[in-house]
Amino acid sequence: MRYRTCAIALFLIPALVISVVCGTTFGAASLSFGDVLHILAGETFGGSLPNSLAGADNIVMQTRLPRTLLAAVVGAGLSVVGVAIQAVVRNPLADPFVLGISSGASVGAAAVSIFGLLAGLGLYALSTAAFLGALLASAIVYLVARTRHGLTPLRLVLCGTALAYGFSAITTLIVFRAPSADAARDVLFWLMGSLAGANWGSLPIAAIAVLLGSGYLWLCGRGLNALAMGDETAATLGVPAGRLRVRLFVVCALLTGVLVAVSGAIGFVGLMLPHLVRMVTGADHRKVLAIAPLAGACFLIWVDVASRTLAAPEELPLGVLTAVLGVPSFLLLLRRRSYQFGGQ
Amino acid sequence: MHLELDSVTVPAILHGLTLHAGEGEIVGLVGPNGSGKSTTLRCAYRALRPATGTVLLGGDELESLHPKESARRLAALTQESSVTHDFTVTEIVAMGRIPHQKPFARETGEDERHCAEALRTVRAEHLATRGFQTLSGGERQRVLIARALAQRPRVLVLDEPTNHLDVRHQLEVLDTVRAAGVTVLLALHDLNLAAHYCDRLYVLRSGALAASGTPAEVLRPELIAEIFGVRADLVDHPRTGTPQLLYSTIEENP
Repeated sequence: MRYRTCAIALFLIPALVISVVCGTTFGAASLSFGDVLHILAGETFGGSLPNSLAGADNIVMQTRLPRTLLAAVVGAGLSVVGVAIQAVVRNPLADPFVLGISSGASVGAAAVSIFGLLAGLGLYALSTAAFLGALLASAIVYLVARTRHGLTPLRLVLCGTALAYGFSAITTLIVFRAPSADAARDVLFWLMGSLAGANWGSLPIAAIAVLLGSGYLWLCGRGLNALAMGDETAATLGVPAGRLRVRLFVVCALLTGVLVAVSGAIGFVGLMLPHLVRMVTGADHRKVLAIAPLAGACFLIWVDVASRTLAAPEELPLGVLTAVLGVPSFLLLLRRRSYQFGGQ
Repeated sequence: MHLELDSVTVPAILHGLTLHAGEGEIVGLVGPNGSGKSTTLRCAYRALRPATGTVLLGGDELESLHPKESARRLAALTQESSVTHDFTVTEIVAMGRIPHQKPFARETGEDERHCAEALRTVRAEHLATRGFQTLSGGERQRVLIARALAQRPRVLVLDEPTNHLDVRHQLEVLDTVRAAGVTVLLALHDLNLAAHYCDRLYVLRSGALAASGTPAEVLRPELIAEIFGVRADLVDHPRTGTPQLLYSTIEENP
């Protein structure tokens, strides 16, 4: 089985590279593969580019490449957090947003878009506000859900869900009070998830967060396996469930906060990708967490390509497309495999 | 390895319980529902920290041991039987090796050997590639026991290991436990199984010790009537000679 996981990874790594090149090529303004490869090689190795490619170079380097890379980073991050959260709350229906974190971020983002809070931060106002909202929401969930024995699954889910309703109500109220229809539309677009704000400034922060977060979660792989057996059994395996859950919660909350800050609330990836990956690798978290980031990255790159090209020059919200692409493939796999979703 | 509970108190459940399981001994906890058997075991396998009193494992205070170190010494079968995610039997048994592994390290040949041996011991090799969720109750229980054995513990703590099992599997599971040759502390509802398999019994009532000793010393009809409220007639097992109880309700037989 170990070899099978390696084989899948060896397939997905080149697939990811190809996806990045394709994601950079396809879009409203048509470019050729040759030009894109030429530009990427030139920018990477410092060669000079012919003048005819100057316009294309601008599109690739300023818009498409950061956006495609951000799609990869966000897709990887959401998948990994989804895997971890499903184990932390022992619930196959959980996704990164079940803890109310994205709803908190939405309040921050809506407040910035509509009331112009944090205007001094310019381009980063939205991301900063979303991140602060996410942190506030996770802090509240943590403080309410914790008990003497650490965090328990049911309390986490219930607190997160209740809080999500509260924050959604506040967001709706803010949008309702929006001075213009345009501002309301902007907020709605952000809520459905978008990579349009990708830039070289926020990309490294998100990439480092996803890299560190995924690495840490992978190291907790055996602990995540033990959590699936139940808290008491985990304790007998030398894994103190309550304390591990607190550490995982903090990592997942921070990572989700960063992801939501750069891309809004892209739904469905964090719920579906973990299951899709488990159908192939089995339930062992060290295998799932090795494959999930690669699969999630490829998936979101192609979703983003579709969002830019299907209704060009208009852009479709990513949340709509993850559902349109994801639901049918998910249902197909459901029919074909004897996968049980962790239930009976 | 010795396991000792010394004046262990858990508010409203256990009231200063002291018990001891010596090297290689099989010690049974019996008592009515709610008498504190599971709570006692939870203190022993470190899922619950007693309010006062100490638990000693191999002479060391349990709280002073690193969780992994205590997990290398003591394995337990809890009442939890639901497992989220579709783990295979092999993956479940491999979890028994967690206390022996570093986070970075892969499974070693030694890990795989212990897992295979544990599966063989519970006669479940043929289930190795099956999904845990697809197993019957009896198969699950055997696999979970294999997981505990793969931990290579010196002490086994078992909470109702014969729950949901048919007669044959009840005997098989307890035979396996006895053959493991380690110190065992287990809770059992079936007094006849307890009499057959345990070296010593502790009888709990309302979180305190009501009696203790060998099965022959403990399983007296007066005590059974007092603790469980049933009339019991004592007979010797025709094959093994161990004391066995035949029950009837007190009302029916004045």
